[in-house]
Amino acid sequence: MRDQRTGYLMVAPALIALAVLIAYPFLLSIYFSLSDKRVGLPGHFIGLENFEALSQDSVFQQTLFNTGLYTVVSVACKLVLGLTLALLLEKVVRGQRLLRGIILLPWVIPASLSTLAWRWMFDPSYSVLNWCLRVVGLGPGVPWLSDPWWARATVISVNVWRGLPFFAICLLAGLVSIPKEFYEAARVDGAGPRARFWYVTLPLLRPILGIVLLYSVIMTVSDFIIVHVLTRGGPLQSTHLFATLAYRIGLAGTRLGMGAAITLFLFPVLVVGAYVLLRIVRRGEEFA
Amino acid sequence: MPAQARRGGWRRGLALSPFLLFTLFPFYWMLVTSLKTNRELYDLAAIPLVIRQGITLEHYTFLFRQTEFVTWFKNSVIVCTGATAISLVISIVAAYGLTRIKFRGSDLFAMGIFISYLVPSTLLFIPLAEMVARAGLTDSLWSLILTYPSFLIPFCTWLLMGYFRTLPREVEECAMVDGLSRLATLIRIVLPVARPGIVTATLFSFTLSWGELVYGLTFISSSTEKPLAVGVVAELVRGDVFYWGSLMAGALLASLPVVAVYALFTDQFVGGLTAGATKY
Repeated sequence: MRDQRTGYLMVAPALIALAVLIAYPFLLSIYFSLSDKRVGLPGHFIGLENFEALSQDSVFQQTLFNTGLYTVVSVACKLVLGLTLALLLEKVVRGQRLLRGIILLPWVIPASLSTLAWRWMFDPSYSVLNWCLRVVGLGPGVPWLSDPWWARATVISVNVWRGLPFFAICLLAGLVSIPKEFYEAARVDGAGPRARFWYVTLPLLRPILGIVLLYSVIMTVSDFIIVHVLTRGGPLQSTHLFATLAYRIGLAGTRLGMGAAITLFLFPVLVVGAYVLLRIVRRGEEFA
Repeated sequence: MPAQARRGGWRRGLALSPFLLFTLFPFYWMLVTSLKTNRELYDLAAIPLVIRQGITLEHYTFLFRQTEFVTWFKNSVIVCTGATAISLVISIVAAYGLTRIKFRGSDLFAMGIFISYLVPSTLLFIPLAEMVARAGLTDSLWSLILTYPSFLIPFCTWLLMGYFRTLPREVEECAMVDGLSRLATLIRIVLPVARPGIVTATLFSFTLSWGELVYGLTFISSSTEKPLAVGVVAELVRGDVFYWGSLMAGALLASLPVVAVYALFTDQFVGGLTAGATKY
C-alpha cells in the first residue's frame, strides 16, 4: 500500500511536466484553432471558420498535397534504400562498426546545420551539383530550388539523406537478430537467395519494419527544418509543409488561431501512427 | 571459398560506395567551403571540388570577431545542460517507478509516455509560444530550458524503462528488506549499475537539444540569446546575402561537439537508436 503511494510520487513530476508541456498546449491549440487569436491580442470563438478558410485556400491545398507527397515519397525511398543498405552492411565482416558509425553521421549531426550544406550545394549560381552535371555533359544544370517541382524533389532528397541512416541501422539490428538456423533450414529446403529474402528475411523483419516505418511517417509528416532552411516554403509558397506554413501564418503572420488550425492536421496522422505502433509493440511483448 | 569471398567483398564495396558518397559528400563540401578564399569560392571558372588558391581561416575568424558565435555557443551549453539535467532527474525517477512498482494506472501512464514520445514538437510550438509569452519568458534562455523537456522527458523515460527492465531486481529487493526506502535504493543501488543506460539517455538528450530549431526560432528573437543552431541558421543569413564560407565554418564548428561525443560513444548511440525499434 505504501509502495503504491511511492509509485505515484515517483511518477508525479513527469506527469505534471507532461501535463503542462504537452496536454495543456494541445488543448490550447484546439481552442486557438476555433478562434481568431492573434499574437498579443485576445481571441474570440469563431467556430470552424479557420478550417473553412483553409479549405478554400489554394496555398493550404498545395501544402496538403506537398505534405502527402513529401511523406509518401521520402518514406518509400528511405525504406527501399535503407533495407538495401542494411542488407549490404550485414554481409560486411571487417570494419562493420566503423562503417556503421560513418553511415549514421547524417542522422547524428543536427539537421538544422547539415541542411545548410545542402542549401549551398543547390545554390543557383555556384551549385557544385550543377558543376558536376556540366562536367559530365548533362546540360546546363538544374533549377534545384527555383522550380516548384525540382524544389519538391530537392527537399525530399535531403529528407532521404537525413533519414536513411535511421532505417539502415535499425533494420540492420533486425537482420542481425534473425537466427541463422532459419536460413539454414530454408537452404536445406532448396530456397535460393531470393526465396530466402522473401520467405525468411521479410516476414521476420516485419515488426521492426513496421515500427521504423510508422515512426518515420510521424517524423516526416511533421518535418519543419529541411523545408525551412532550404526553401522557406518557396518558390511562391509551393513547397510548404504543415509545420512551415503554420510557422509562416501563425508566427511570422501573427495569426495564431489559423496557425494552430494548420498544425492540428498533424494530429490524425499521430493518432493512427501511435495506435498501430502500440499494437505492434504489444504483440512483440507476447513473443519476447 | 576465400577467393569467392574476396570477390564478393569487392562487389559489395562497389555497391556501398554510392551510399558512402551520398552520406559523406555534404560534410566534405562544408569543410572545403569553409577553408576557401572568397575569391576562389565565387570564381565560376574554378574547379569547386578542390582548394587550389590556398587555405584560409578568414571565415572562422569572421565568426569569432564579427558575429555572436561564442555567445550562441555558451547559450547552447547552458540550455542543453539545464534541459538535460531537469529531464534526466524526472525521467530516472519516473522510469524506475514505472518498471518496479505496480500501481493502479501505471500501465496507462507508460502508454502515455510512449504516445508523448511520438508527439512532434511542430504540433505544439504555437500554443507553447503563447504560454512562453504569457510567462514573460520570451527572449530568455529559460523558455528553452523549460520547454525542451517536452520532448526529452518522454524520450528518456521510455529509453530508461527499457533499460531498467533488463537489470536484475534481487539486489534491490535485498536492500529494501534491509530497510532502505525506494528512493534510497534507486540512488544507492540502482544508479551505479544503470550507468550505461543513463549515459545513453544523457547523450541523446544533449544532441537532441543541441540541434533543436523550432522552439529556438519561435521563442527567441534577440540575437544574443539565441542557441547555436538558431544563431547559425537565422543570423548568418542576412536577407538574401549568404556568407557561404562563414556559414559552412559555423555549421561545421557547431556540429563538432555532437560529432566528438558521437565518436566517443558510437555504441551507446547505436544502442539507443535501435532500442526503440528492436526491444519490445
